[in-house]
Formats: sequence, C-alpha cells, structure tokens
Amino acid sequence: MSQAGVDPVNGSKGTIRVVQLYPRDMNIYGDWGNALVLQQRLRWHGYTPELLEYNVGDPFPDTVDIIVGGGGQDSGQLVIQDDLQARAATLKDLAEDGAPMLVICGLYQLFGHFFKTRTGAVIPGIGVLDVETHGTDERLIGNVKVSTPEFGEVLGYENHSGQTRLGSGVRPLGSVAKGTGNNSSDGHEGARYRNVVASYLHGSLLPKNPAIADFLIRTAAERKFGTFEPGHPDDRFAELAREHAARRPR
Amino acid sequence: MFSFSVPLGKLVRRASRLRGGGSAFPGLVVEKIDPGFMRRTLTTLPHGVAVVSGTNGKTTTTKMVVELLESQGLKVFTNRTGSNFTRGVAAALLGEVDWRGRLDADVAVLELDEAHAVHFVNSVPPRYCLLLNVLRDQLDRFGEIDKTAQLLQHIAAKTTGTVVLNREDPRVARIAATLTGQEVKYFGLDDSLLGTFPNDDDMRAAPGSPAPAALPEKPAADVVLRKVGADSAEFEYDGGTVTTGMKLRGVYNIFNAAAALTLARSICGGGAATADHATLLEALSKVEPAFGRGESLTVDGQPLDLVLVKNPSGFRLGLKSFPAGGYATMIAINDNYADGRDMSWLWDVEFDSLRAGGVDQVTGSRAYDMALRLQYDDVRIGAVDTEIAPALAAFIREAQGKPKRVFCTYTAMLGIRRELSKITTVEVVS
Ligand SMILES: [Zn+2]
Repeated sequence: MSQAGVDPVNGSKGTIRVVQLYPRDMNIYGDWGNALVLQQRLRWHGYTPELLEYNVGDPFPDTVDIIVGGGGQDSGQLVIQDDLQARAATLKDLAEDGAPMLVICGLYQLFGHFFKTRTGAVIPGIGVLDVETHGTDERLIGNVKVSTPEFGEVLGYENHSGQTRLGSGVRPLGSVAKGTGNNSSDGHEGARYRNVVASYLHGSLLPKNPAIADFLIRTAAERKFGTFEPGHPDDRFAELAREHAARRPR
Repeated sequence: MFSFSVPLGKLVRRASRLRGGGSAFPGLVVEKIDPGFMRRTLTTLPHGVAVVSGTNGKTTTTKMVVELLESQGLKVFTNRTGSNFTRGVAAALLGEVDWRGRLDADVAVLELDEAHAVHFVNSVPPRYCLLLNVLRDQLDRFGEIDKTAQLLQHIAAKTTGTVVLNREDPRVARIAATLTGQEVKYFGLDDSLLGTFPNDDDMRAAPGSPAPAALPEKPAADVVLRKVGADSAEFEYDGGTVTTGMKLRGVYNIFNAAAALTLARSICGGGAATADHATLLEALSKVEPAFGRGESLTVDGQPLDLVLVKNPSGFRLGLKSFPAGGYATMIAINDNYADGRDMSWLWDVEFDSLRAGGVDQVTGSRAYDMALRLQYDDVRIGAVDTEIAPALAAFIREAQGKPKRVFCTYTAMLGIRRELSKITTVEVVS
C-alpha cells in the first residue's frame, strides 16, 4: 500500500514490518536483541517499525519487510520442524525476491539443506541456503571476531555443536580472526546469499554490529519505497562496546 | 576401619593454608588417594546427606536449610566456603573430621552446582535433594537449558529418600514423573505471585503466545508461599497459614524459604528431632541473606544494597524485587569466567523499570555492552567507566544522601566489596 515517500503517520518515512520467526521456540542467548535493535534503529532512521511474532501454527503475515530468526535448543528445533517445512516455499520465494533476512545459529542451520545429528538422524532444512550441517560432540563456545568484506569487523559470541559446510551457492559472511565459526576446519563464519545474512553469532549480533542492522533496514526501505534516507543513530556506545569486546579473551 | 588418607589430607590442608592455597586443593589430594572417603564419612550420618541444586538461589537456600535444621537441635555439616563442587566438599570435610575420619554431625546439607552435583551423587547417593529451578545461567558452560534439567533429574534419580521439587518450574516439576522409588514433595507459589516468577519459557512470550503448559494438574505442595509483605511473608502448610517476619529481601529469596521449609520438614519429620513449627518459623525470620545476595550495607549513613545478578531471570527478578523508586542505581557487569563470558543474556532482560530514574553509573569489563543495552531500552545513563574503583567512588559521591543500589555480577561484586572496605566503613546491617 505504502508508496515511496511519506507515511501518513506523523511524518514517518514509512512503516517497515519486521517478522520474528518462532520467538517462542527459537530465541536463546539473547537473540531477541536483534528484533529490538531493528525496531529501535528503524525509529532512529525515521521509519515506523512494526514487529510481528510468528510462532508455530500462526497465519503467515501477507506483508513482510525484514525477517529475523534465532537459535534454539534441540527441543525447539523439533517443535518448529513441521511448521517450518510448511512455510518453506514462502520463505524461499521471499529470499529469492531479495527480502532482507537475518538467521542465527539454529535457524541458520534449518535454512540450509539439512542438519544431520551425531546419531545419523537427518532433520530436513528448507534449502534457502546452500549449506549443510553435521552434529558433533565438540561444542564451540566463546567470543568471536570475524573479518567481513561487507560489514567490516563483526563481533559476537558462538555456542554450537553443529558444524556447517558451505556449498557453492553461498559465500561466507567472513573469515574468523578469533573463535571457530562455521566449522573447525575452514576458518569461515556465517553465510551470505542475496539479502540473507546467516551467522552463528549471538551476543546479540546486531547491537554491536550496527552495520548489519542498517544493511537489513536499508535493503527493506529500498525494496519498499525505492529509496533509503538514513537518520543519525548515536552509535558511540556501540563503538566502545566493540572496542572492549574485541579485546576480551576467547 | 582406619583410613590413611585422612591424616594426610589434614596435613595437606594445613600446608596449603600456610601457602595460601585454594580451598579445594587438599580435597583433590584426598579424592586421588582415597576416593571412598566422602561416601564412607557422609552416608553414615544419622540423617544422611541433603543436596541443594538448581540455577538460582542455592547459596541462600542452603544457608536457610542449615539454620532451620540447627533450630531443631541438629548438628549440620555444610560446605560454607562456597566451594560448591565435589573437591570443595571433600576439603570442607577434612576440616571437620577427627583424625579417624569421623564427622560429628547429624546431617550434611550441601550446595552443589548442577554439573558437579552429578559426579557427587554418583559417589555419594543423597538421602534428600532439593531442586530449585532451571534457568538460563551461564549456558556457555552447559550448552543447553534442557541439559541442565537432565542434570537435575540425575540428582533426583540417585536420591534414596525424598526429592523436593519446585512445583512452579515446569522443567523441575516434570522430574517427578521420571522417579519410581522416591518420595516426592513440592514447594509452591500462590497463583497471585506467579506473575513475579517468569520461567524461561515465558521469557519472551508475547500476549497471545502462551508458554507451554506446566503440569496438567498442579500437585499439592507441602509448603506454599501465599503472600509477601515488606518484611514479612505468609506460608501455608499443614492446612493452615502462618505469617512470619523476614530479614531476607527479594521475592525470589522468600520463595526459596518455602523450599527450605519443605526440605527441613522432610528431614526433621522422620528422625529423632521433630519439626517444631514455632522454632522453625523463628529461625526462618532470623535468616540473613548470604554474602552478596541482597545484602544491605551502610555507606555515608545511607543503605547501599548489593544485588547479585548472574542470569536473565535473576536480573529480571532483581529489578522486580527491588523497585528503583528513590534509589540511585549502579550496574556492574564483568565477563570473567565465573560471571560467564557471553553477554547475550543482557538482551533477555527488560530494563524499562529503570527508565524513570535512569542509571547513574555503569561499570565493569563489559560496561559498554550494558550501556548499549540500556540505550536500546531508552534508559538514561549518568556515566560509564569500565574501572570499578573510580566508578564506585563517583557513584557514592554523586548520590550523597540517597539510598543506593548496585546490580552486579559475581566478580564485580567481589571488586565492589573490596573497594567499599577501602573508601568507607563497611558495616553489615541486615
Ligand atoms: Zn548458538
């Protein structure tokens, strides 16, 4: 409905709808922070945020501007499995169409082809991303520093035992300078495909990496309104938090 | 039977004290030389061993149980040093046993960290266990919250007598269904207070997205916390309600009083001593918070409360239990190993209750992570300094004449106490 330009609501540049996937079952290690950061930064950039939570069994919203999804426990992944499969086509179409998405940890894994557990059981993913994940006995835990071509240095905290391998259809988010990332062998962290950003990093990811938050917001605004006019968020605390986080031990 | 390892362990204990060594080191030596030492010593106590575990409130709850049992005339062995792992128990034990390895106690009440408790109960099956809660606590150590629940279930399975469970925590209450031989007792909460105790399932549940149902039907609880007043609490048990004064602060501490009462009643009920309600309640009303757990100090003639926060649920409960009105507020967040290195948890706490008054000082090694968190909740910040000493000094100077409250992680709390003892007389008032 909204046209490029100004929303009728108090001079806002327009409404951007953020859909958080499965907050009830996939929201661990502060992944809610990503949804909060998008909401606030949308305001600070002059847009009106609308946050919708999508849980198992809910009707899928007809308009979606940004999608965020987080990590979960094994039990959470089992709970959402069938519902996620039922939404596979919708989510794939959105991704192919260039919708900005951020998926962390558990949903990163399930956005790939499959997750194969240590015992050999295979949990099917939805194949938005050309990646596959294998469960291991080793838990990768600690502070992570990633060098990325698009977002500069990315900082966060990883906690996963699944190891993810990238296919040729995606590129890594970046290479790991501290920590492990996707798996313990190739030194890559996360995946990028169209406007989908996938990562193992909690922390939460977006507060200390506003460049990624603003990429999602800019992409959403451009898709919806044709242009993005940034505001002036005060990122002094974010910069200081980044400096201190980068110096903390693994 | 004569045990060689006890005299040796005692010698090691003395030597390591002279060296200023850690409290667990002599315990390690004894465990290596004589692994059966703890089992033999503890399981022969007349009332056996009671293990207290769970994510939040172990220290204060254990302290309560000990004082309740002592009020009934029992001699209690406990791991007071705060070494809440197996070696720490062995070390504490070495300090108490005689040269023949005998312990002069009726019962042992031990606070054990979930992961360490599993090892402990494998070698020393407890007669009682009290399982408090499963919350998101330093998940970087255990990996997953469901795994923590499994650790607690294992403790319950190894318990030979009575298992005391939190009826209101679905992950703890569900343990009952997995038990066969044990007697199960619950402690519970009045429905009207449930809202102040979010469990981890409804942490992010928006209206209209209900948390998974707890239990199909609530079992009857041995002790139920009905009401919490400013310095009193109302409990229901044996079909009646009783009101008692409380020195403990914070609703969650008082809920744990219901847990402690249930365990104490279980232990005293069947043995030589019989639970005497009047003396139990009197003892309960006198329990003071454990070190750093809702402690109130006096600085410049004004109260300064230290509220330990170590996980999102604890922080949320702390903010709810200690309203901000009229207080100057400081938050100190460290990310040392004992605090947990992952800062993600700060994003699972909502800070709107601090919006009206703001936060005067933010400090600790992750002060800027905390400041960033507050910025996203539109909470005004006075100053940020990663160094605790100058931040605390500024806080006390600028909030002169006002009561003060400091929310702090564990190692930040140790630093703050150290500083307080330098810059002012630290007098413990409650
Ligand atoms: Zn994770």
